[in-house]
Amino acid sequence: MEYIQEYSELKFQGIKINYLYVCKRKLWLFSKNITFENWSDRVLLGKILHEYSYPKEETKEVLIDNLIRIDILSDGAVREVKHSSKMKEADIMQVMYYLYYLKQKGIQKQGIINYPKERRKEVLDLTPEYEEKVKQALKEIEEITKKPVPPPATKQRICKSCAYFEFCWG
Amino acid sequence: MQKTLYINSNGRLRRKENTLYFETETEKRAVDIENIEQIHIFGEVDLNTRALNYISQYGIVLHFYNYYGFYAGSFMPRKKNVSGDVVVRQALHYLDRDKRMFLAYCFVESAVYHMMRNLRERKEAEAFLNAIEDEWENGRFNISSIPELMGLEGRVRNIYYSSFNQFLPEDFYMERREKRPPTNPINALISFGNSLIYSTILTEIYHTQLDPSISFLHEPGEKRFSLSLDISEIFKPLIVDSVIFKLLNNRQITLEHFDEDLNYCYLNQEGRKIFIKELQNKLETTVRHRQLNRNVSYKGYIRLECYKLIKHFIGDSVYSPLKAWW
Ligand code: SF4
Repeated sequence: MEYIQEYSELKFQGIKINYLYVCKRKLWLFSKNITFENWSDRVLLGKILHEYSYPKEETKEVLIDNLIRIDILSDGAVREVKHSSKMKEADIMQVMYYLYYLKQKGIQKQGIINYPKERRKEVLDLTPEYEEKVKQALKEIEEITKKPVPPPATKQRICKSCAYFEFCWG
Repeated sequence: MQKTLYINSNGRLRRKENTLYFETETEKRAVDIENIEQIHIFGEVDLNTRALNYISQYGIVLHFYNYYGFYAGSFMPRKKNVSGDVVVRQALHYLDRDKRMFLAYCFVESAVYHMMRNLRERKEAEAFLNAIEDEWENGRFNISSIPELMGLEGRVRNIYYSSFNQFLPEDFYMERREKRPPTNPINALISFGNSLIYSTILTEIYHTQLDPSISFLHEPGEKRFSLSLDISEIFKPLIVDSVIFKLLNNRQITLEHFDEDLNYCYLNQEGRKIFIKELQNKLETTVRHRQLNRNVSYKGYIRLECYKLIKHFIGDSVYSPLKAWW
């Protein structure tokens, strides 16, 4: 059972890295398990993309090292699927974190972010600069999630499409 | 998208492969399980664990009512949205006397506000409106305990209910509010509406991280899900009462929609259908939310009330109960 736990922890941390760059409040709420099921089309769309984007790919969730599983893995790369490239930095950092994590396990990989809707992909390598950034990010996550109260809501463009919109602004 | 299903007839809920059906003797209907949030069951319905497990997968809440339409209980699937952090803090707000008092007061304040709102436009009720205002304004600054607050609320509510006789059809004269069991039509209507709103709120709470059994105005344990009772205070006058006024004043519901049985008076099946339809209309009616700048349904406002409570518990923003501005 241990690898399952590690896997979900890995995913969990990956999302947190992503949110760190998207919205720190979102990160805090997510870290406290304050999440809401989504009935919105957007999320459904995300789900469908995940499920149907790469039907021919043999490996959707592969067990690495008999230990961790990552979204989609083939061609020796860690792959994330995103539905828009708006949050580029956040997405890149998420993948960098996976690469960093794998590196700790002695596995060297490339990362790919696919934007099927835009028919684009981005190939990423873990550079020393990014490695440093990932470490920095992990520290920052800890600091933010340790705070007793969430960072206040600040209106941003992404709020409108955020799952927390009604929570933050209602 | 999040729909409510009301089952009024007798039959069976059955899972067949990946579809849920409701079957009666004469028909078989597929249930749109992916878009359903809750099912209210009034009829005599059979279901087995296979169906129940399937319903659970979709996080659908079932509410059961007995033959008379009185709320019997709910089946809530294992919760997905659990946050230990929120529950602990919710409990802290119960344990701290001042914090508890603050929330209890908020619920009553909103309830009184909505009661007065219901009477404001009725000339016949003017004297009662003034009486409520006097009672409330004189009383609200002298409360030092929950029972006192409850007492004040009870007095306000009595004046409020007695005003009904001024503007509802004579057939629906109310001597006084009686809960269990209601022995006359108006009390039966109020009880029926209140239990529907109670269970609807329970469903909304279920979809959040709030613990439905930790309450503030009502004593936890008074009823199993007493937070739902607390929040009901806000929405009973706002939703249920306005539905009742409309149905009675338009003569959509009349005495023939009631049956009597020993000591009970209750809505018959036809009456329930009419009531449910109107209530559902109301819950789906939308009002522009000023901060969100979006249309939000009455049901949506219940969910927002839950969000505000969570924000209060986690120290994000101080709770301010809904006071319908429209
Ligand atoms: S709605 Fe805006 S402030 Fe709230 S979590 Fe989402 S992005 Fe952050």
